[in-house]
Amino acid sequence: MVPIVYYLILSAILFSIGVAAFLIKRNIISVFMSIELMLNAVNLTFIAFANHWHQVSGQIFVFFVMVVAAAEAAVGLAIIIAIFRTRSTLNVDQIDLMKL
Amino acid sequence: MHLLLFFIFGGFCVAGALNLLLQRHPINSALSLIVVMSSLAVLYLLLGAEFLAAAQVIVYSGAIMVLFTFVIMLLNAGREERTHGSWAAYLVGFPGAAAILALLVYIFLSNRGPLGNASLGNYLVTTSDLSRVLFRDLLLPFEVTSVLLLVAILGAVVLARKEH
Amino acid sequence: MTGSLNLWLIPLVPFAGFLVNGLIGRKLPKLLVTAIALICTLIPFLLVAKIWLEFSSVTTPYIEHLGTWIWTGAFHADFDLQLDQLTMVMLLVVTGVGFLIHIYSVGYMAHEEGYWRFFAYLNLFMFFMLTLVLSENFLLMFVGWEGVGLASYLLIGFYFLRDSAVRAGIKAFVVNRIGDFGFLIALFLLIAHFGTLDYHEVFSQIAQHPEWQGGILTAIALFLVLGATGKSAQIPLYVWLPDAMEGPTPVSALIHAATMVTAGVYMVSRTHIIFDRSPFALSTVAIIGAATCFFAATMGLVQTDIKRVLAYSTVSQLGYMFLACGVAAYSSAIFHLVTHAFFKALLFLAAGAVIHSLGGQQDMRVMGGLRKKMPVTFWTMTAAVFAICGFPPFAGFFSKDDILYHAFISPNGGKILWFVGWVTAGLTSFYMFRLWYLTFLGESRADSHELAEQGAPVHARSDSKLVIEAEHAHGVHDSPWVMLGPLVILAILATIGGFIGVPAAMGGHDEIGHFLEPVVGSGVRAPVGENSGLELALSASVVLIGLLGLLVVHILYKVKPDLSHKLATRFHGLYNLVVHKYWVDQIYGALIVTPLLLISRYLLKGLFDRGVIDGAGFAAGATAQGFGAIVQRVQSGNIRSYAGWLALGAAVLLIASYFGYTAHFSPQ
Repeated sequence: MVPIVYYLILSAILFSIGVAAFLIKRNIISVFMSIELMLNAVNLTFIAFANHWHQVSGQIFVFFVMVVAAAEAAVGLAIIIAIFRTRSTLNVDQIDLMKL
Repeated sequence: MHLLLFFIFGGFCVAGALNLLLQRHPINSALSLIVVMSSLAVLYLLLGAEFLAAAQVIVYSGAIMVLFTFVIMLLNAGREERTHGSWAAYLVGFPGAAAILALLVYIFLSNRGPLGNASLGNYLVTTSDLSRVLFRDLLLPFEVTSVLLLVAILGAVVLARKEH
Repeated sequence: MTGSLNLWLIPLVPFAGFLVNGLIGRKLPKLLVTAIALICTLIPFLLVAKIWLEFSSVTTPYIEHLGTWIWTGAFHADFDLQLDQLTMVMLLVVTGVGFLIHIYSVGYMAHEEGYWRFFAYLNLFMFFMLTLVLSENFLLMFVGWEGVGLASYLLIGFYFLRDSAVRAGIKAFVVNRIGDFGFLIALFLLIAHFGTLDYHEVFSQIAQHPEWQGGILTAIALFLVLGATGKSAQIPLYVWLPDAMEGPTPVSALIHAATMVTAGVYMVSRTHIIFDRSPFALSTVAIIGAATCFFAATMGLVQTDIKRVLAYSTVSQLGYMFLACGVAAYSSAIFHLVTHAFFKALLFLAAGAVIHSLGGQQDMRVMGGLRKKMPVTFWTMTAAVFAICGFPPFAGFFSKDDILYHAFISPNGGKILWFVGWVTAGLTSFYMFRLWYLTFLGESRADSHELAEQGAPVHARSDSKLVIEAEHAHGVHDSPWVMLGPLVILAILATIGGFIGVPAAMGGHDEIGHFLEPVVGSGVRAPVGENSGLELALSASVVLIGLLGLLVVHILYKVKPDLSHKLATRFHGLYNLVVHKYWVDQIYGALIVTPLLLISRYLLKGLFDRGVIDGAGFAAGATAQGFGAIVQRVQSGNIRSYAGWLALGAAVLLIASYFGYTAHFSPQ
């Protein structure tokens, strides 16, 4: 008997840690991983609510989130490789060519 | 029992997440993330999402994180250097993140009554239930995601190709 | 009543002439330009003559409606022309004298490079002047009023390469503008009070309310007077007329003697019904007229430029006309306007002939002895001089006499006004005969080294781009007949022109007075027979003082030539004051022009224009730039700072939506 709220709070904690990691980390791959963490936290929320409302659509949504996360991870890592080839660095602070 | 399992695996999640945050070397962060994902899979099971738990392990931990690990290996990512990049991230970002956390917790706690409890097996979604919805009601989105994956594969191949 | 008189043709034919000559005149052969200009002035004259001959069959006032102009809810004004006795007189003068001067100009301006331009402007002037006298409402008159001011500016500054001419043109225009401002205020008051600007309606409204005296009517009248002082060169706005002599002499003759400057007198006569209701305004007009009359005459006494003398003479004679209006003797004013047009135009044209023959020389100190060399010019000018001095039976005698008699018998202070006018008649005689002597009689003083030492310009300054001295190297002689013809015709008119207004006291019928009676009223005309003795006595006194002036000139310039020099040295303070025109120009400059320039330059331009307006624009730009520079720092290209801002934004959104949500909906 676990109150749903506990799951939700856990998900909120994971999400915030993901945001914080995004802000702190300097390695671009680590930043990417924190994004995955955030996505997972949201997945947990969806499934918790699906359980509460007894609806399957919450889990459907998680399914699609996973698919998209997979695709995104593949493309994002390819981009990182491309950036690494040109800039030879994985430091986020040094990849700032798009400033004004 | 349910509660105990929740606390153990929930603790693993939080610990893994914190470790991801605190580790300097990306490979350590990646391994921590694998821990988080696997623990989350158990939590999904507790909530009655058996297919998704399996998918979590196979897709996330098994494919995506392996991919991450490969890339870390390929690019020979080393320890992070300490560079001073941006004050906004600390001065503005942390309060923002803290505010998000505080707000979410507050919202959830103020609505704890109506949300009730989850007990083991109170709602179990079998794979056939899930697939029934996927292949009948949501057939089009399902097919579209296959196209999406195709596009992603093509994009990844093109982007990661060596320039001639 | 016969059919339409087609009044609209009268102003529009000269306008067509202006368009043709103005737009393509540069490329046309000179003969064609001349033909167009003359035809476009002859046709109006013929039309006017035709109307004049049939005038008894015209019901007056005859109104011709040409089209709607302004039609708003409360106010409307149309393009309406009207014809009545007053307009008829003005039309005859404007078209007749105008045509003669056009003919004269063909000869005078024959060597000028801007020949086509001159005639284009002259035709434009005719158009506006005819519009002014033909219009049936104040608004159309104002169009003509402004238009003649424009034509005057263009023509004064005709020699635009000469700095003094350009400045004179601007001065004329600006001073006129001040008068026009008064005129405009009067128009606004008229609209506010009467709701309309039609002569017919305004005058009939006033006639229906005999109890309307003074008050707003005084205000309207005084503002109209301000406009008239500008256009007709009275105190305090006369200063432009002497400077306007920078223009070619035909311009001085037509615009600044015969027609434009009389527009003020015409306007006062036309609106006399307003003035009649306001004794204060009438007194103002009379005092201004008398003062200007005397004041200008004193300045004409010592001028050395032949055209300047005539300019001050014009101002003085206009003062007489204003004086007549001020004592409500409007027909006398118009009578003097007509005779003045004849002899003043003649004086200017003759002076122009002299100047032209001498190759541009205008200083009287180096003239002299022209009587034998230019006989026709001499005799015509003599007729004009006698006319302006008021010797019988020349025209000026009857008209000036008329004015002075009515001034004398006018109730408030009339005797003083008469006295001022009487003394001025003496002064007029003095300066006119002085001009006559210096120019035509005696020995020629050209090439006099003695005078050159005194600073007299012995050698002519060229008043055009071509030097015309070479042409007259073979000696001074009378002008060609194209210039002399108008002189002769005007001389005849100056001699016999007075016979249209012979008063009853001298056995005449005062035709012009009776003719104008339906329009300007009988005024204060004394009934026949009464005071005829007084009138004769006054006339005699005017003639006497005229003869006195002639005598003084004879003494000073013929019998004892160095006496004038001694007098000038003896009273040198007074002499200097008058020679420098009482320093009025300088006073105006210091009191009005310089402060205005300083305010404009430093306050309005420096502080307001550059500081506030440009500053506001600049500040807006600088603000946008500064703001942009600050916001630009957000775009650092650094992902982490973006993430920070994102987190903050997300938090804000969450808070806003949740607390906004709960405010509207209660939690389940």
